Amino acid sequence: MDYVLLVEQLLNGFQLGIILFLMAAGLTLVFGIMDLVNLAHGSLFMIGAFVGGTLALATDSFVLGAVLMVPAMFVIGILLETVALRTLYRRSHLDQVLATFGLILFFNEATRLIWGPEGLVIPLPNFLEGTVALGAGITYPVYRVVIIGVGLLVALGLYLLVAKTRFGMLVRAGASNRTMAGALGVNIPVLFTLVFGIGAVLAGLAGLIITPITQAATGMGEDVLILAFVVIVIGGIGSVRGAFIAAVLTGVIDTMGRSFLDLLLLLVLPANAAESAGPALASMLIYILMAGILFFRPQGLFPPRGATAIQ
Amino acid sequence: MRKRILGAAAIVACISTPASADIKIGFVTTLTTPAAVIGRDMRDAVELALEHIDHRMGQETVEVIYGDDEFNAQKGKQATERLVLRDNVDLVTGYIWSNVLLASAPVVLNADKLLISANAGPSPMAGRRCHQNFFNISWQNDQTPMALGELLNQEGVQTLYVVAPNYVAGQNMVAGVERSFTGEVVGKDMTVWPSQRDWSAELSKIKAAGPEAVFMFYPGPAGPAFVKQYQQAGLIETVPLFSVYTFDSISLPLFQDAGIDSVLGSKMTQFWAPDMDNDQNRKFVADFRDKYGRYPSFYAAQSYDSIFFIKSAVEAVNGNIQDLGGMRAALRKAEFPSVRGTFRMGTNHFPIQNFYERRVVQDAEGNWTTSVGPVVLENHQDPYAGECAMEG
Amino acid sequence: MTHWWTPARAVTALVLVLCAAVPYLAPALDEPFYVIVFARIMIWAIAAVSLNLIMGYGGMISFGHAAYLGIGGYAVAILGFHDITSAWVQLPVAIGLSAVVALVFGVICLRTRGIYFIMITLALAQMVYFLSVSAERYGSDDGLNILWRSDFGTRFFDLEDSVVMYYTIFAVLLGCLLVKWRIVMSRFGMVLRASSSNDTRVQAVGVPTFRYRLVAFVIAGVMCGLAGFLQANLERFVSPDMMNWHRSGELILMTVLGGTSTLFGPVVGAVVFLMLSEILSTITIHWHLVFGPFLVLVVLFARGGVMGLLGSRARHD
Repeated sequence: MDYVLLVEQLLNGFQLGIILFLMAAGLTLVFGIMDLVNLAHGSLFMIGAFVGGTLALATDSFVLGAVLMVPAMFVIGILLETVALRTLYRRSHLDQVLATFGLILFFNEATRLIWGPEGLVIPLPNFLEGTVALGAGITYPVYRVVIIGVGLLVALGLYLLVAKTRFGMLVRAGASNRTMAGALGVNIPVLFTLVFGIGAVLAGLAGLIITPITQAATGMGEDVLILAFVVIVIGGIGSVRGAFIAAVLTGVIDTMGRSFLDLLLLLVLPANAAESAGPALASMLIYILMAGILFFRPQGLFPPRGATAIQ
Repeated sequence: MRKRILGAAAIVACISTPASADIKIGFVTTLTTPAAVIGRDMRDAVELALEHIDHRMGQETVEVIYGDDEFNAQKGKQATERLVLRDNVDLVTGYIWSNVLLASAPVVLNADKLLISANAGPSPMAGRRCHQNFFNISWQNDQTPMALGELLNQEGVQTLYVVAPNYVAGQNMVAGVERSFTGEVVGKDMTVWPSQRDWSAELSKIKAAGPEAVFMFYPGPAGPAFVKQYQQAGLIETVPLFSVYTFDSISLPLFQDAGIDSVLGSKMTQFWAPDMDNDQNRKFVADFRDKYGRYPSFYAAQSYDSIFFIKSAVEAVNGNIQDLGGMRAALRKAEFPSVRGTFRMGTNHFPIQNFYERRVVQDAEGNWTTSVGPVVLENHQDPYAGECAMEG
Repeated sequence: MTHWWTPARAVTALVLVLCAAVPYLAPALDEPFYVIVFARIMIWAIAAVSLNLIMGYGGMISFGHAAYLGIGGYAVAILGFHDITSAWVQLPVAIGLSAVVALVFGVICLRTRGIYFIMITLALAQMVYFLSVSAERYGSDDGLNILWRSDFGTRFFDLEDSVVMYYTIFAVLLGCLLVKWRIVMSRFGMVLRASSSNDTRVQAVGVPTFRYRLVAFVIAGVMCGLAGFLQANLERFVSPDMMNWHRSGELILMTVLGGTSTLFGPVVGAVVFLMLSEILSTITIHWHLVFGPFLVLVVLFARGGVMGLLGSRARHD
């Protein structure tokens, strides 16, 4: 196998990791701080794609659509939190699962009614089409490079927000001990609403940014949601840093598995056995990874300091 | 709760009032999930056919009851049960997905009713699991890709990379191409179906393998997504993409909206195209476009055919649809006006028909559509017919 | 026990009588289709009852419970594929395999708690799922048709007879409810409940809770495997979809909808969940638009699910 393919697959894995990170960042904060299992986070991914896509088509500019999507998703997130989810905080995880699953069904059907079963296709501006030479014989789609760039910027921004600002301090306080933070006079309801709004924007961004590649379709968030849960559990719930590392790890391992596992199996198995076992084992890899990590570190790689309250 | 149960019982009672038509046809397709774009095309075609025959077959009035398979074999089987056991339909047709058909077939056949696939043509139903009450009005899965393999030979392609989803139809498509393609298959990826929508890893592998051509099969909304990524990876200019069941009237408007010009001129193989020159097809395509404002897909064409196919049999038995022997004999003769011109039924109840080269073109009004070319395989019968032990 | 006739018990009795009467009621009402619908519902009820044993009483939220449905089902299908249709082989294999898998999974999962437990059970179930997807010989994604139902070797008990099939399912459901009731009422059940509320304290008084929880986990796995055995026989079809995470999620939903930590809640949950989807989906293909908000409302206004609404407050009877 040549190194060009290897590097390309690493980039592919990294790009998948970026999408997973955008999903997982919001999920891990909402879960870590509010102790809310929000399955409807996958719906926010989908809504971001459809709303952002519609804005892009209306303004005839993908970039403008993406920019306008940010406030739109922030508002949608805040509405969702205040109308439906706020009452669920004090409920058991199981109640939350049932209610947010109900929301998924509702949002999927509403999306289908509004945009039709065919979904949405967003054309890219010319400067995002085609490939770019990255040197050493590697060419890579421009748009995927952009996804990686945007994701890294968001990760950096989020890191600064959480680590360097007063807001971030409150978020961290909330993640490690909610009750204590509340007792010390933090306005918990407002904090929750803001965090949820940010999570909605990130999920929406992930959905929109992947749409020029995969198209927007109803239910598109559900498989990503499960992967995002895998990511936050590997990373440690409530930890943005953990989510980033786990997302990249998951993305790279998944992609590498799909690319090279059948070749590796060929070394130990006959050809037809390798051909059928390869894809299956590749699909299992991230779950094996998660089970392995949880077996040795039952709280994930980076549990937030003092995060005993999460249990 | 008690009230709720009573209420439920009342609703059940009122929705299952027996229909008034003489002949009831069950039609199973996908009406929810993103794949519902296909189901919509099929349903629209059936409704058009019913209009054209004035909701009558001979002296009998006809009604079609739709079942939603929710893009899931188990749900499709349940929808079939509902049609057969609750609505008591006289025969069942439809079926986009091979796996849904395989799971559902026993329900219809055990009830001793006729089953006519309007799309799915999985290999078992053509071979060892063929059945006297099962007919297919589209094609066997292997045939179109076999024609494509032949087309690749004609184009002088020596090395080929294959990408398809890992379910029964995908496997049949790949097997079909490998059957007739004489060059070398340098790589093959069977991807997770239906969830995988990002093929970055596969595309990188294609690039590294450097084949002369790529063969792919992704039905429904997945096809355009694949082609788009194929283009974004910069492959579409360097490695020609050959496909089956991907460029149709469902996907082409999406390509046109997204401005993917490189799709124009793409070649595929198919048994039918909207511009095939015969009376039935002209009327079908013109009225479909008139009524729904878009070109019909091949799914629509087959569904339209299925209604006329059934009608020919009902008329042959003078409306006595309980006469299964008579119905079967008429269906085997298949004397009905088909949008594909002529074809005949093989001994395994799958069509023997021509497969043509087809390409993506722009019509006079600027819409992207497909146009029929020369015959690639003439009067072609599927390779499984010999395994079918049914009395001809 | 002053009020022995509570609404919750009335519903319990009503549902059981209804289930018992369906094979006679449905044809009488000219709706034979509902025999299959209720048979299917009862199988889901068995699976939900088994899940609730560990979830409602042991606090172990398994997001991979459908794996056992698949294991039980594939035991029938794969043996049948190789022309072994005897129930005396299929049934022990289905049960034994479920038990072994549950034992192994339990040893791995029970080290974790809370969301980590949920996710690790998901991970393990996904592995079984992808294993079945890769089994090309047994149909991969497309699954396997089952030509003959399990053969008990006597004409007095022939599953090919749909009434026998139906009452077998009904009997298994009653049996599972009985077993669950006995477990919950026993010392074993008390340890299980106690360890779910404070494991450290129970261990401190010298009870090896891990062993208790593991045994419960295995019993639940076997019950669900039995449901899979019945499902394969009823549907005459298995596919990897049986153990997709969506199915595990639906099992959780049914249980929560009916009411966790009640004996009969999961049964009511399965009935309401599946009947409502059956009825709504015949009315409109956009039925999720109604069904989704319904689930939200249940959570908001019926604490403890449908059974909670009927006044059954997490009772263990």
